[in-house]
Amino acid sequence: MRAQSRLLLAGDSCIAMEFGNEISPELNRMVRRMFFLVKQADIPGVLELVPTYRSLYIYYDPLRIRLEDLKRKLRELERKADEVELPPQRVVEIPTVYGGEYGPDLDFVAKYNNLTPEEVVEIHTSTDYLVYMIGFTPGFAYLGGMSKRIAAPRLETPRVRVPAGSVGIAGEQTGIYPIESPGGWRIIGRTPVKIFDPTRDPPVILQPTSDYVRFVRISEEEFHRIKRLVESGEYEVSIRPLREG
Amino acid sequence: MKAFEVIKPGFFTTIQDLGRWGYQMYGIPVSGAMDRRSLRIANLLVGNDEGEACLEVTVYGLELKVLNDTVIAVTGGDLTPLRNGEPIPMWQPIRVRKGDTISFRGPKSGCRAYIAVSGGIDVPKVLGSRSTYVKGKFGGIEGRPLKPGDIIETKEPTVDILRVLARKLPEDFIPKFKPEVNVRVVLGPQDDYFTENGIKTFLTSEYTITVKSDRMGYRLQGPKIEYIEYNIISDACTRGSIQVLGDGMPVILMSDAQTTGGYAKIATVITPDMDLLGQAKPGDKVRFTQVSIEEAHTVLRKYEEEIKKIKEILQ
Repeated sequence: MRAQSRLLLAGDSCIAMEFGNEISPELNRMVRRMFFLVKQADIPGVLELVPTYRSLYIYYDPLRIRLEDLKRKLRELERKADEVELPPQRVVEIPTVYGGEYGPDLDFVAKYNNLTPEEVVEIHTSTDYLVYMIGFTPGFAYLGGMSKRIAAPRLETPRVRVPAGSVGIAGEQTGIYPIESPGGWRIIGRTPVKIFDPTRDPPVILQPTSDYVRFVRISEEEFHRIKRLVESGEYEVSIRPLREG
Repeated sequence: MKAFEVIKPGFFTTIQDLGRWGYQMYGIPVSGAMDRRSLRIANLLVGNDEGEACLEVTVYGLELKVLNDTVIAVTGGDLTPLRNGEPIPMWQPIRVRKGDTISFRGPKSGCRAYIAVSGGIDVPKVLGSRSTYVKGKFGGIEGRPLKPGDIIETKEPTVDILRVLARKLPEDFIPKFKPEVNVRVVLGPQDDYFTENGIKTFLTSEYTITVKSDRMGYRLQGPKIEYIEYNIISDACTRGSIQVLGDGMPVILMSDAQTTGGYAKIATVITPDMDLLGQAKPGDKVRFTQVSIEEAHTVLRKYEEEIKKIKEILQ
């Protein structure tokens, strides 16, 4: 029997429903189940939901719904959580050019792990990474599932400017910089795809509630070809259903 | 209508409204005015809906040339607003004429002034809001603070703008901003990451706002808050979240708060008191008082009832 979640106060207009204290696909699945249940319940006064690794943050208007009533509703929904059918999961393919000027730290990551750059790329492109949540900056996906064999420490001094689309490794995590920003991750490649674009709605091509990311190796020529298509609005990422197992 | 041309952008001026809601799950901060009550009242004074976009002026230096006759209201912190070099009253509608210059000499109290213009500032909405989010480079004008030569356009007013000139906000509703701020907090969501001693320190000490402060957050300096652990598995942050860093110092997240973070959050500032913090500047002092969630909701209800009352008085 699953333990009941904890309801935590996050100020006067937000509560967190916390399902545990670890990073695991199982806990994250509970967060997603609750996300869809609360969304479908369409509770008057509930404004916005933010799914995270192991908790669901629920923004509400306390002048429209009493906290006690909201808590009761959430508990009712939670009891149904195990029966929820989650929407089909998707794998979003992110074309990525590795190494060279696009991935200045690929050689470091290889040496650090006693691998060749080729092997690092092979390992990095052989996994479907779970999007646990999106946050920190617009469109930044916290991805799970990277092999420890290509783990690498952050830079001692962060770079002042990391281009949008850069693909990096920090510790046992991998991720994509959605906007140009400072950053200390080891950059191994770059995607021409715009992960985040405020003129689209939704503004991010990844969903924090159903998606996996798969990096697909491309050549430099392909990078430029896709980049042109992205800029003229003609590029669409390829998305396929997740193959279980 | 073209309302103003920016002659000098000042220290930091952006277009803000009440924020960009519904996209935090994509990592997009809510943004919006740092002092929302002042923005709402500024709009009501010029006959706008309370959530229209205004200019948020920080500290000093903004200079605007009026391009067409219109009505404005200046609220928020007293940054000494001037028209053609002469002081103009705040918290009331003001007729400005083509060729006038509006400028701000510097702060007497508070930190941020709001300029509402009849009709409301017209920039394209991005994801439902006109608020500028500078770090993300979107909203407002090209996602950046104002610069010389920018033209501020307004929408067509929905009321007779000359009739609003009679509007005046009763003195009782005008806030006084002081360099010592006492804000109320609800403990959590991670108060259990702190020792009893740490929570006591937090609730009984005075903290100073440091220069490492902006629309994203204020870093404070003061007695060290004792924690059991300051790292958490990253979860959501909100405007008002108080994170404690590894050095035991608190950070209050403000309007451009990142949507997620990995520091333990000892408490959250109640919504109405965020306006007071929005008017605080580096060097100002902050104290925290704990309230129950029931008290917090009572305060919020009164806050909203007051704005409703202001709306009625001004109509």
